[in-house]
Amino acid sequence: MKLRLLPHPILTPVLTLIWILLSNSFDPGNLLLGLLLGWAIPIFTLRFWPERIRIHRPLTLLRFIAMLLHDILTANLTVAWLILRGPRRVAPGFVVVPLDLRSDLGISLLANTISLTPGTVSAWLDPERRNLVVHGLNVRNPEALVESIKQRYETPLLEIFEPC
Amino acid sequence: MADSVLDILLAVLILLGGLFTFIGSLGLVRLRDFYSRLHGPTKATTLGVGSLLIASMVHFSLRGEGLSLHELLVTFFLFITAPVSAHLLSKAALHLRVQSVAKMPAIIEEVEEASTRTEPHR
Repeated sequence: MKLRLLPHPILTPVLTLIWILLSNSFDPGNLLLGLLLGWAIPIFTLRFWPERIRIHRPLTLLRFIAMLLHDILTANLTVAWLILRGPRRVAPGFVVVPLDLRSDLGISLLANTISLTPGTVSAWLDPERRNLVVHGLNVRNPEALVESIKQRYETPLLEIFEPC
Repeated sequence: MADSVLDILLAVLILLGGLFTFIGSLGLVRLRDFYSRLHGPTKATTLGVGSLLIASMVHFSLRGEGLSLHELLVTFFLFITAPVSAHLLSKAALHLRVQSVAKMPAIIEEVEEASTRTEPHR
């Protein structure tokens, strides 16, 4: 196996940032230690990261994160309201979302996104990774739900991680 | 004066956090099946913990020794782990055919049957 000096260029700044936040101090010595860890950890955990992560549209990623935060906020309010209003009036249901994403990272991010946003939890992924089963807390129109998941979350993730 | 305004703000944030965490737990009692109950802890609690962490961040940044941002990490880890554990719980539940108010998706039965057919001896 060829040893590269910087196997995962994105992981290094992320790990450095996590180190700085963990130690909760911003002096230069700490930053240096963080950079060292950010450089060394990806090399020692190389086998754990089979795919190299590539971000193709950083701006789309930022917009996606902003949208996600907004959706998480509304998700919380929606679910809180559904719980308070009483369970008799909700209509839970399962929907199957056919996946266009192929990379492991893309699929995990999509599943995480679905679980964090309004009234849906990702429940099951088939072994071929072609379909994701999603449980919705209040499903009145299954087709519209699948369509909105694909439009709102899968399309930007496809653009960011797997452009054609 | 500024101090008391800040105190009120922090108190509101903490109360809000407590309220949302409580509603999340209430969901565990009120919702009718296992799969619906997963929604409470993954959602309502996120906002609850979120407001508590913002309160902590503001308090320690203004009163403590300098900027305190490691609460951001708690949020970050929560956003990564909560959906994963919910996914694993529901995957296990679907495998065990735990009863649901909703109709079970047919695809799971098909796929699991196909996989036991191809590997009969285990």
